[in-house]
Amino acid sequence: MNILKFFISVILLINFFSSDLKAKNLGTKITKNLRCLICQGQSVYDSDSEFANSLKILVEKKLDDGLNEKQVYDYLKNKYGDWILYDPEFNKNTYFLWLLPILMFVFGGAIILRKVILKKKKL
Amino acid sequence: MKAKIFPIFLIITFSIIFYIFYKGLQNSNIYTPEIKSEIKIPNFEAKEFFSKDNVNSDQIFIGSEYYLLNIWASWCIPCKEEHKYLMNLSKKENIKIIGQNYKDNFVNAKNFLTKLDNPYDLIFSDNDGTIAIEWGAYGVPESFLIKNNQIIKKIIGPLNEKLFSEIKELIQ
Repeated sequence: MNILKFFISVILLINFFSSDLKAKNLGTKITKNLRCLICQGQSVYDSDSEFANSLKILVEKKLDDGLNEKQVYDYLKNKYGDWILYDPEFNKNTYFLWLLPILMFVFGGAIILRKVILKKKKL
Repeated sequence: MKAKIFPIFLIITFSIIFYIFYKGLQNSNIYTPEIKSEIKIPNFEAKEFFSKDNVNSDQIFIGSEYYLLNIWASWCIPCKEEHKYLMNLSKKENIKIIGQNYKDNFVNAKNFLTKLDNPYDLIFSDNDGTIAIEWGAYGVPESFLIKNNQIIKKIIGPLNEKLFSEIKELIQ
């Protein structure tokens, strides 16, 4: 009986904490994707500067206000520009950045394919 | 013919890469944001510095007057340097100076003002720094010149002689 009680309390505790964790995780996820603008090379999540600490509080506040992830990004982009995001969005300034790896992959694949076909023909 | 294409291709590729990196060397690696001029001021709620009464941003920035919002703190050394320019501006009739006390201790901030004099028409506190984020600010000191609820000039860092005369010219 004692063991049963123990297990029930453990399960309840896990549920309790995991629901809280989920809300925290979104804040963490967002701050990890934000560049700390005054300490370059660090994310807001990693930094302990005044700027980053304020930003962490603000992100939590905005999430409490019911904003979703994209809205928080848009809000900050409006204030600080695209640079604040580590994961730049697909737009006319960044399409080359996003498409370059795919282009290189296709191009490289074409070269390899040609080589293989040529080799086969020789055989 | 085919044997020649490859080295040429290689040389071209490397020269392009070299050119890009060489150009990149000259770029500053300190990021300065593009200052979007003529952006609307944010709407926020804050506490007045002395009385601790709630104030809303639309109660502070009224009408078509010039306002200079200055983010300051008693622990910030450059704030002391720019203080004389703020004092000078505060003597002008056509501009109001609004202080935003950033992450500061009340007693220290008050001492700062009694020692160096108070240039501000109104001060509000920003204890957790979130209002500074609303402004799109990075830290202290930072100043925003405001007219008709629009930011017409953003100054990152302390005021100096050059910026001071620029502001004076703008508000003429």
